[in-house]
Amino acid sequence: MTDFLLELRSEEIPARMQAGARADLEKLFRKQLDAAGLKAGDITVWSTPRRLALIARDLPLATEAVSEETKGPKTSAPEQALAGFLRKTGLTRDQLTERDGVWFAVTEKPGRATRDVLAEAVPAIIRAFPWPKSQRWGAASLSTESLRWVRPLSGIVAILGEDLVECEIGGIKSGYATLGHRFHHAGEITIGSASDYAEKLRACHVIVDHVEREAMVREKAKAAAEAAGLVLVEDEGLVIENAGLTEWPVPLLGRFDEAFLDVPPEVIQLTARVNQKYFICRDSAGKLANAFVCTANIEAKDGGAAIVDGNRKVLAARLSDARFFWEQDKKKPLAEQAQKLSRITFHEKLGTVADKVERVAKLARWLVEEGIVKPELANQNLRHSREGGNPASNTAPEWTPASAGVTKEELADQAELAARLCKADLVTEMVGEFPELQGLMGGYYARAEGLPDAVADAIRDHYKPVGQGDDVPTAPVTVAVALADKLDTLFSFFAVGELPTGSKDPFALRRATLGILSLQIQLGLRWSIEGLYRGWASIGGHNWLAVADGLEHVRQFFADRLKVQQREAGVRHDLIDAVFALGGEDDLVRLLARVHALQAFVGTEDGTNLLAGYKRAANILKKEGFAANPNAGSEGEGVVPPTGEEDPLVLVDDPALEGVAAQFSHPECNYAREPAEQALVDALNSAEPQATGAIAAEDFTAAMAALATLRRPIDAFFDQVTVNDADANKRSSRLALLDRFRAAVHKVADFSRIEG
Amino acid sequence: MADTKLMPPRAPLSLQDMILRLHAFWSEQGCLILQPYDMRMGAGTFHTATTLRALGPEPWNAAFVQPCRRPTDGRYGENPNRLQHYYQYQVILKPSPENLQELYLQSLAEIGIDPLVHDIRFVEDDWESPTLGAWGLGWEVWCDGMEVTQFTYFQQMGGFDCKPVAGELTYGLERLAMYIQGVDNVYDLKFNNHDVTYGEVFLENEKQMSKWNFEVADTDSLFEGFRRAEEECKRSLDAGVPIAAYEQAIEASHLFNLLQARGVISVQERASYMGRVRDLARGSCEAYMEKNADQWAAKYPEWSK
Repeated sequence: MTDFLLELRSEEIPARMQAGARADLEKLFRKQLDAAGLKAGDITVWSTPRRLALIARDLPLATEAVSEETKGPKTSAPEQALAGFLRKTGLTRDQLTERDGVWFAVTEKPGRATRDVLAEAVPAIIRAFPWPKSQRWGAASLSTESLRWVRPLSGIVAILGEDLVECEIGGIKSGYATLGHRFHHAGEITIGSASDYAEKLRACHVIVDHVEREAMVREKAKAAAEAAGLVLVEDEGLVIENAGLTEWPVPLLGRFDEAFLDVPPEVIQLTARVNQKYFICRDSAGKLANAFVCTANIEAKDGGAAIVDGNRKVLAARLSDARFFWEQDKKKPLAEQAQKLSRITFHEKLGTVADKVERVAKLARWLVEEGIVKPELANQNLRHSREGGNPASNTAPEWTPASAGVTKEELADQAELAARLCKADLVTEMVGEFPELQGLMGGYYARAEGLPDAVADAIRDHYKPVGQGDDVPTAPVTVAVALADKLDTLFSFFAVGELPTGSKDPFALRRATLGILSLQIQLGLRWSIEGLYRGWASIGGHNWLAVADGLEHVRQFFADRLKVQQREAGVRHDLIDAVFALGGEDDLVRLLARVHALQAFVGTEDGTNLLAGYKRAANILKKEGFAANPNAGSEGEGVVPPTGEEDPLVLVDDPALEGVAAQFSHPECNYAREPAEQALVDALNSAEPQATGAIAAEDFTAAMAALATLRRPIDAFFDQVTVNDADANKRSSRLALLDRFRAAVHKVADFSRIEG
Repeated sequence: MADTKLMPPRAPLSLQDMILRLHAFWSEQGCLILQPYDMRMGAGTFHTATTLRALGPEPWNAAFVQPCRRPTDGRYGENPNRLQHYYQYQVILKPSPENLQELYLQSLAEIGIDPLVHDIRFVEDDWESPTLGAWGLGWEVWCDGMEVTQFTYFQQMGGFDCKPVAGELTYGLERLAMYIQGVDNVYDLKFNNHDVTYGEVFLENEKQMSKWNFEVADTDSLFEGFRRAEEECKRSLDAGVPIAAYEQAIEASHLFNLLQARGVISVQERASYMGRVRDLARGSCEAYMEKNADQWAAKYPEWSK
C-alpha cells in the first residue's frame, strides 16, 4: 500500500472554475481506478490558482491477478467443435482444462503494476477533463488537435510512493519538480512524495489546501476589520473567490474618502465587490464604513502600504465615477429620464419601453379602480393568511402599510405615477453601469426628488417577487405596479403569440407568472383571469378578436405554473388535477382553497372511505355502461367534465329550492326502497344542498363535511342493496342513485383523478 | 519569476521613457518594433500587425504603440481617468511562447514595478470581439487592484481557428504611467523628464475632439463615409486586395463609433450597423486567408485552413 500524488500545474485557473475542477479531477481519477480494478483509501483534492492536486492514499502496488475462463464444447462433442474452439482461443489442446465433461480455456491475467496503470491514467484524465472553456496554446497549436486545458498546462508531478510515474502529454513530461509562489520563491522545488508535498509548498509560500486559504481569508479579513474597530460584512462568495485568486492570501484593510458615503451604500458595495472583490465593513452602529478589505497574494516588503494605497486609488476612481453618475442622474427628474424610454425597443412586435410603461400605468390604475388592489390590502392580507378562520377582528396588524389610510382615488393616482416612473432608471448612467441596480436606483432617485415614500418604494420594489422565496411586496402602491408590470408582460407576449416553448423562455414569462401567483396567493387578491385579460386588452386599445386567442393560453399557462408552484409547496398533484378537472374556475385563490380543503379531507378516515365508495360507484356505473346524466358528473375518455356554470344546480341559490330541482332530475321511484337505499336518498337530499351552499360561500371545509355525511350511507348501501336487481326498474333506479351520488361528490372535486 | 531584478530607488519613469523601456525589452525578445497604424481605430487589436498577422501559420513577433480613439469616452478634458484618445502598447507573439507570463512580468519589472511590493494578479477575463469574429482566453492583469494589461491567447480570428495560437498583451500606457508616477490625474503625468506634462500635450486636444465628436461632426458626412467605406471594402475584396479591404473595415468601424457619439444611431439600428462592420472585417480576414492559404499550406504541411 502506498500513496499517490498528482499535481497538474498551469497558468492561472479562473477562481470560479476551481471547485468544479476539483470534483471533476476526483471523478475522473476514480473512474480510472475502477476501470483497472484498483481501490484507494482517502482521496484528497486541492486547488490553487496555479495547480490542481490530488492525493490518493493506500493504493496497492499492483492490480490483482485475474483468471478468465472461457467455456468450450463438451468433451464428447465432434472434433470440429473442439478445433474451432482452439482456433478461437489460440490455445492447444493440452492447454485446456476439462471439468464435468466440458472443455474450458483458462487464461491467467497477471496483475499490473499500479505505476503502469497510473502512467496511462494521467494522460487520459487530462485529455478527458471537462473544463467549461478550454484553449490551445504554443507551437503545438499549429494543429487544432493539440492539447486543450483551461489555460496553458505547464507541469505534471506524478509520484507513487517515492517513485516517479512516468508519463507525457502535449510535450509535458511528469517529474518530481514543481514551482512555489510566483514571487516569493525562485526556482524549482523537488517533491519527494505525497507526504511532503503540502509542507514543501508551504515553505515556498503556497498554501495548497484551498480550505485552509479560505479560512485564512475569512479570519484575517474579519480580524483586519476588528482591528480598525469595524465589523466585516461577511461574504462567503468573496471568501472563496479571493482564496481562488491567491496562493498566499493576505487580507489588508484600507480606507476611502468619507465623502463617497453620499453615494447609496448598495452602489458602494457592488462596486467594491463585483469590480474589485473587496469586502466592505460597517461601523458599530451598522452603517457602511469608509473602509474596504482587499486580499493580496504576497507578504509585501513594506507591509502592504503600497498595495493598500494602490487599491484605494482604484476604488476611489470607481467611486468617483459612481458619484458622478449619482449626481448627474439626480439632475434630471425621473419623468424627464422616462422620455428616453421611447428610444428603447421593448420587443419588435410590442413597441418601445415607453409604450409598455404607458400600458402598465393604465393597468396599475385600473387594478385599483376595479378594487383588485385595495387601499386596505394590509387587512385583506391578514384575513386570508388565516385560512378558513374568521376575519381578524381584535388582532392588531403586525405592520402598517406605507400608504395606510389613503383613499382609493389617492391609491390609483400614486399607482399610476409610480408605474409611469418605474422604468425610468433604466436610462440613468448608474443603471447603465450597474444593471443589477435597476429598481433600487429608481427608488433612490424618486426619494431624492421628493416623491412620496409609497411611490419611491413601489419603483424600488416593483420587480419583486423575483423568484420563489423572494419577498412578496405588501404595500398597495407597490403591489399595483408589480402586478401591472408582470401582467402586461405576460399578456402582451401571449397576445402576439410569443409563448415559451420547452426550455426556452427568453422573456422570462414563467418567472413573471410565478410572481403574479405569489402576489395573488399570499395577498389573497381576487380576480378572474378573463376579467384581467379583457381589462388589459381594452386598456391597450386592442381589438378583442385580435387578442382573444391568447386567453386560453394564458389560462392554461396560469394553471401549469400554479401546479408547479403548489407541487413544490408539497400539495398533491392529483388533488390539484381533481379540482382543475372541474373546469371553469377562473379564480385561482378560490381554486387553491378548494385544493387545500380537499387535501385535508382525503387525509381523514371519512375521506379515504368516501373515496373508496366513490370508486366503487364509478366502477359499477362504468361496468353497466350507465349513460351518465349530462348534468351529473361523468367520466370516461372524451367526456368533458361539466363546468359549474353548466350545472343547473349551481344556479339555484336558495337551498330550499334545491330539493325541488333534485326531484326533476331524480323523480320519485315507483317501488318501495330498501332502508339503506332510502337512507342514501335522504343523505343526498341533505348533503347536496349543504355542499352547494358551502361551495357558494367558498367554505370548502364545510362542503367536505357535507360530503363526509355520505360516507356511512354509501357504505351501508353497498353492504345491503343489490344494484344489479333482476327488476330492470329497480336496477336503473339504483344506478341513477349511484350516479346522483357520484355527481354530488363531483361538486367538490373530480374524485376519479384522486390516487389511492 | 525567478530572478527579480530589484531596481535601485530612483525617479519613476516618464511616459516616454516607459515606452522606450518596453521597446528595448521586447526588441531584445526578438520582436519587430513597429510604428502605429496610420488610421483611426478603437484598439490596437485592429492594427493589421495583430489581426491579419494572427491568421496563418507563420511566426510573427511584434510590439508597437497604437493610439486609440473611443469617441464616446470623451469627457472634454474634465475627467481625470477618461480620454477619447489614448495609447495602448501592443505585443503580439505567434506562436505564444511557453514563458509568456514570465516575459510579461519581466517587462513590468523593467518599467519599475516590484512584484514583492505590488500585488500582481492574473484575473480571469476572456476576450471577444464579435466585430472581428475573434475570441480568446486570458486575464486582465491587476496591479494593486488596477487593471493594467489585457493578456489573451487568441483562439479565433476572423472566424478562423488560430493555428498556431498567438499571445497578445495590451498594456494601458496612461494607466500604468499614472500608477508608476503616483499621479491621480492623467493630465499631470510627466510625458518626459523635461517638465512637459501629458496635459500640455493632450488636454486641448481632448477638449476640442470631445466637442467635435459629440457636437460638431457632420452626421450626414459620417453616414455617407460609412456607406462609402462599405462600398470600397467590397470593391477591394472583388479586386483581390484584402489588406485594402480590411482598412476600409477599420474606417467603417470608426465612423460607426463617431455616429454613436453623435447619438444618431438608435438602439434598433445599432445591431444592424455592428453586423455590417462585422461582415466587412470578417470578409477581409477570409479573403486574406484565401489569398495566402495555398502558399502557407505548401510551407507548413501540418497546417490547414
